[in-house]
Amino acid sequence: MSQSPVILKAENVHKSYRMGATKVNVLKGADLAVQEGEFVAIIGASGSGKSTLLHVLGGLDRPDKGVIQFDGRDLNRVRARELNRFRNERVGFVFQFYHLLDELSVLENVLLPAMVSRSVVGWMTSRRAAHKRAADLLEQLGLGPRAGHKPYQLSGGERQRVAIGRALMNEPKLLLADEPTGNLDSATGNGILNVFETLNRAGQTIVMVTHDERIARKAQRIVTLVDGRVRQLGA
Amino acid sequence: MYKLILTIRYLLKRRITHFAIAAVALCVFIVVVVMTVMAGLVGEFKQKNRDFVGDCVVATESLVGFPYYEEFMQVLEESGLVAGMSPVVKNYALLTVVDHDFKQGVEILGLDPARHARTTNFAKTLHFRAGEPEKAFRSINDPNAPGCVWGIDMILPRSAQSQYSYGVRPPKLAVTLMCFPLNAKGAPAGAGSSEVSTQTFLYSDYSHTGIARVDGNLVYIPLDQAQLLCMSPGQKRVTAIHVLFRPDVGIPEGTRKVAELWERFKGSQADAPNRVLLDTVTVQDWKRYRRAMIAPMEKEQALLSLMFVLVGITTVFIVFVVFYMIIANKKKDIGILKSVGASNVSVLSLFAGFAFSIGLIGSCVGTLAGWLFLARINRIEQWLYDRFGWQLWDRTIYAIGDIPSRIEPGVIAVIVGCAIAACVVGALVPSYLAARLRPVETLHAQRT
Repeated sequence: MSQSPVILKAENVHKSYRMGATKVNVLKGADLAVQEGEFVAIIGASGSGKSTLLHVLGGLDRPDKGVIQFDGRDLNRVRARELNRFRNERVGFVFQFYHLLDELSVLENVLLPAMVSRSVVGWMTSRRAAHKRAADLLEQLGLGPRAGHKPYQLSGGERQRVAIGRALMNEPKLLLADEPTGNLDSATGNGILNVFETLNRAGQTIVMVTHDERIARKAQRIVTLVDGRVRQLGA
Repeated sequence: MYKLILTIRYLLKRRITHFAIAAVALCVFIVVVVMTVMAGLVGEFKQKNRDFVGDCVVATESLVGFPYYEEFMQVLEESGLVAGMSPVVKNYALLTVVDHDFKQGVEILGLDPARHARTTNFAKTLHFRAGEPEKAFRSINDPNAPGCVWGIDMILPRSAQSQYSYGVRPPKLAVTLMCFPLNAKGAPAGAGSSEVSTQTFLYSDYSHTGIARVDGNLVYIPLDQAQLLCMSPGQKRVTAIHVLFRPDVGIPEGTRKVAELWERFKGSQADAPNRVLLDTVTVQDWKRYRRAMIAPMEKEQALLSLMFVLVGITTVFIVFVVFYMIIANKKKDIGILKSVGASNVSVLSLFAGFAFSIGLIGSCVGTLAGWLFLARINRIEQWLYDRFGWQLWDRTIYAIGDIPSRIEPGVIAVIVGCAIAACVVGALVPSYLAARLRPVETLHAQRT
């Protein structure tokens, strides 16, 4: 693993938010490096800034100060259009509350990243390949028979697996998961963690945020977020 | 592609969308129906006025009239512009029905029926002599007696269905017209005495122009009789020359050329007796000549159009409110879309396209409903009258036939275009705000 290149690097990242008249400094110089193929877990108490760090790493938010590099490119210097493409092609997000589109079917939710990045004409030429990829993902995640169902017809664990499928649709280099089992019972949550382990064994780079040390132990490396800074804990 | 799928799903699944479509459809329906009826009524009225006067009128407002009209008509004939001309005398008289206790102040129009039929729609307005307008002033009852044609509303009542009960022949009525003839200076010809001019005519036909003021108050008599009745003997005068242009002559261009010819003609009569009467003459196209009749209706139409602009603003506001509510509910979706790489422009165009779809569907529904309603509007009015005795316009008072119901494609295109534009404008601000949302804000909000 130490031979693999670093694909994600955060240096001296600062981020604060305004809560009414108060300014809350969430990240105060966080540093993190993730190698290709690694499975890293970030743990910390509630409100420690774990999700904020994840959002900044994934380009969903911009840091006030510091550098986020992905494959050597500073995300702060990238234009909005390129950032959108980064979120579409390089990164996949899995959220605690699944965040599926209720109006779309399971298959369409998985296809969403592919549809977003293509025009109508582009979609017409590539939809067969996209459909095949989405169907394969659903099969791998055990959701093949549910492709035509709507999210409200699925259980929590099934919805989270759909979210994972969506995150993997465009074969991103990095998978970011924000408390992926936070809304699930332990058995279902273990099922999701098994999926992550399987993906990681196949070479997927994963950064997962959790408040539960027991869940974090599934990762190869654990870091903790304390006082807005990252501390290494080792595997 | 996702925009198309989401737009269709939002349209089908969201009940609030159905309300927005219904609101747009209702607004479009109202505008289509009212504009079609109003445009039809105004259009019909204008056409009736044009049919009544021809293309262009060389006229004076003075009841004295102007001389040398035959010479000018010769000039017009030689110009090659005209297909027909008709000199007329307009004046006012007291009509008395002989052996009946009926008197009425009327407007009289003296004309040559054959020439007038070639220049205007006069022949079509007649009933008994429609096919032979040159005999308009010869009553079937007595062709040798001088006849007069009355506006139809002066003698026949109009039913609630706008119908008249014509007889087989005109009623045998003798009428006396009494008038004060005027000399070339505008003074009564018999000044110093109580001389009035009186003539008796036999009622010969009805004239139905469809213009209430004409049909209720105008009596047509032969031109030479009118000149004897209303003017001092000697130099012949008329108050107007109606002109019909040839088909290849446009009205504005034709009117301008006639005006030029008139100025030249006036100049050539510089030394002629009573030449000063020529200075009161103007040359106007039919619309300008009848503006006192037409302008009020056009003003009403313009006011109505303005009111519909306000309806359009209301539609914009309704769509704004609906979209504000929809987008407030869709913040999570927006966050998800942005998290998978959708751009601000993409999100904006999703909701703009959604608004466009609402406008398009609502317009189509409203237009279809308007078309169906207009196709049956007269039947509906008839049913209401038969059932409840109610009419939108009382035909015994208003001189209209069927309610106009012909939809003009151009007008529909404008209405639909404006409805769609109103929806897009109404959705613009909420869509822009949605596009500007930071995904972290919307996704975070779902956690709390």
